[in-house]
Amino acid sequence: MKPKFEPNAEYQPKDFSFKNKKKVDEILARYPSNQARSAIMPLLDLAQRQVGEEGAKAKTPYGGWIPRAAMDEIADVVGQPPIKVYEVATFYSMYNLAPVGKYLVQCCTTTPCWLRGSADIVKACEKELGAHLGETTEDGLFTAIEVECLGACVNAPMVQINDDYYEDLTPENMTQILKDLKEGKKVSVGSQQGRRGSMAVEGPTTLEDLAKKEKVV
Amino acid sequence: MLQDKDRIFTNIYGWQDSGLKAAKKRGDWDDTAGFIKKGKDWIISEMKASGLRGRGGAGFPTGVKWSFMPDPEKTGKPHYLVINADESEPGTCKDRDIMRFEPHKLLEGALLAGFAMGAHAAYIYIRGEFYNEGSALVKAIEEAYDAGLLGKNAAKSGWDFDVYLHRGAGAYICGEETALLESLEGKKGQPRNKPPFPAMAGLYACPTTVNNVETIAVAPTILRRGGSWFSGFGRDEKNTGTKLFCISGHVNQPCNVEEEMGIGLKELLEKHAGGVRGGWDNLLAVIPGGSSTPLLPRDICSTVKMDFDSLREVQSGLGTAGVIVMDKSTDIVYAIARLSFFYMHESCGQCTPCREGTGWLWRTMQRMVTGNATVEEIDMLYDLTKEIEGHTICAHGDASAWPIQGLIRHFRPVMEKRILEYRKTAKAA
Repeated sequence: MKPKFEPNAEYQPKDFSFKNKKKVDEILARYPSNQARSAIMPLLDLAQRQVGEEGAKAKTPYGGWIPRAAMDEIADVVGQPPIKVYEVATFYSMYNLAPVGKYLVQCCTTTPCWLRGSADIVKACEKELGAHLGETTEDGLFTAIEVECLGACVNAPMVQINDDYYEDLTPENMTQILKDLKEGKKVSVGSQQGRRGSMAVEGPTTLEDLAKKEKVV
Repeated sequence: MLQDKDRIFTNIYGWQDSGLKAAKKRGDWDDTAGFIKKGKDWIISEMKASGLRGRGGAGFPTGVKWSFMPDPEKTGKPHYLVINADESEPGTCKDRDIMRFEPHKLLEGALLAGFAMGAHAAYIYIRGEFYNEGSALVKAIEEAYDAGLLGKNAAKSGWDFDVYLHRGAGAYICGEETALLESLEGKKGQPRNKPPFPAMAGLYACPTTVNNVETIAVAPTILRRGGSWFSGFGRDEKNTGTKLFCISGHVNQPCNVEEEMGIGLKELLEKHAGGVRGGWDNLLAVIPGGSSTPLLPRDICSTVKMDFDSLREVQSGLGTAGVIVMDKSTDIVYAIARLSFFYMHESCGQCTPCREGTGWLWRTMQRMVTGNATVEEIDMLYDLTKEIEGHTICAHGDASAWPIQGLIRHFRPVMEKRILEYRKTAKAA
């Protein structure tokens, strides 16, 4: 679960402004001109990504989160009182309201993943990171949290790290992924068994002629 | 069993490119303008003839839904098509594959559906976690604009049509259509009272229709091959067509697969998912249609057919066709308790029975997992689900109640045994 929104906490920066003004205008243009409020969600996401980009380069790195100053800025942009932005930011689980690690490891433990062994994946994460779910590692690289169903149940168990899904996990390859990220190595996203999308792992049971043509089997 | 020539989603596993050129080769965007020239009444009557029922879970007839939209000239307001891509129902992962591998089916369907309901704009509301899937969709939208398939005079049909992507941010409740509309308007995702229904006052208080991704994505193929082709599959006129099934859990080979509506559950699992781990006799229970639908024990699974009405007859539902399989190694009480936690976590907090009730369910279920309860509490738990079900604005309350009702209906002896065993060990200690 995400940490509480503490608008006056010490870590809250005083100011925030969007660097990519063009993107802000592009977002506003998606909605009717008298409905700028619709842009609150995409602007929160934009702010979180901007903070994350800065954080990735910082000495003790950190990941994307949304300072209160950014929410106030968004309220200005869409012409709403700040509370309207606060209530959206606190409602949705993906907006981080306090600093997190550079890599946010979101472990799905809902029933379909649990049936396929997500409890062992969580254990592997906690062991490799030396941190419990909800904690950030001392080097600022990782925060691991438990999340609800991420919608990749056929490829369970899975975790999401920042924007990417890692599927068909075992405790071993989960540990390896975290090791590689720590060392700055490239990791392959998607299925860790190398299967295409959500087809059966030993080969498709439908569209077999096409599979041959496309050299899938 | 469905033949390959009748499969709509031929790139559902992403073997081929998802771009426009490859999509056109698969038949997408073929004479889209021709369908539009036949008029909206023709489109709606074909959709009605196809018998297509919404693929997002509720199963409302799609053609009928489209026909509810008022005449744009009379309302004087813009009309909107909103596509529900907030796929978050545990066990379901079909829309994700459509968006990343077959995005042009969705966009072509959006144009056709939008035209049929007098909408010049569509918003696709995708769950925020699907970042890469959203990016694939953005790429497809840009391609379609560049090729003149969207925008002014879309696909040379004479109809102006824009498509926008809106990313959610992690809230299961936004899959409920009115919560989705609230979210799209930049508010907390809390469902609205109905009426007014979205067809009268939806997005920005304008006439709106909300459809699931799969529903929209199958529409072009239905129009191309005819409503009667689609209605030729399935057991009767109320359960027609082809359907994407997501098979997860304790099967040898979990997979997504497009099959005929009404395929036997056993056949589905054995033909496509490599069978239950350890054989059919090792099956304990199946949740047939995503986490909200009550589970079915093995004897029902052996004979039940996978369609709306067959599953309703056994007090469950087709839902989103997310089939979650559990073998005999499963702690069935925990499996359902974990879903109770999910519903508690995702309750929006608006209605008291759901906000408070889902927490009660989870806390009681936790004790049922260890057995630290009394047998009478099973009845109390059942009563509690009945206090929640039907007493909330949206179906989230119902959805939190049904899995537990299914558990008590079919596995009450397991729960009782656990309670008695707990008592024995407690006494011994």
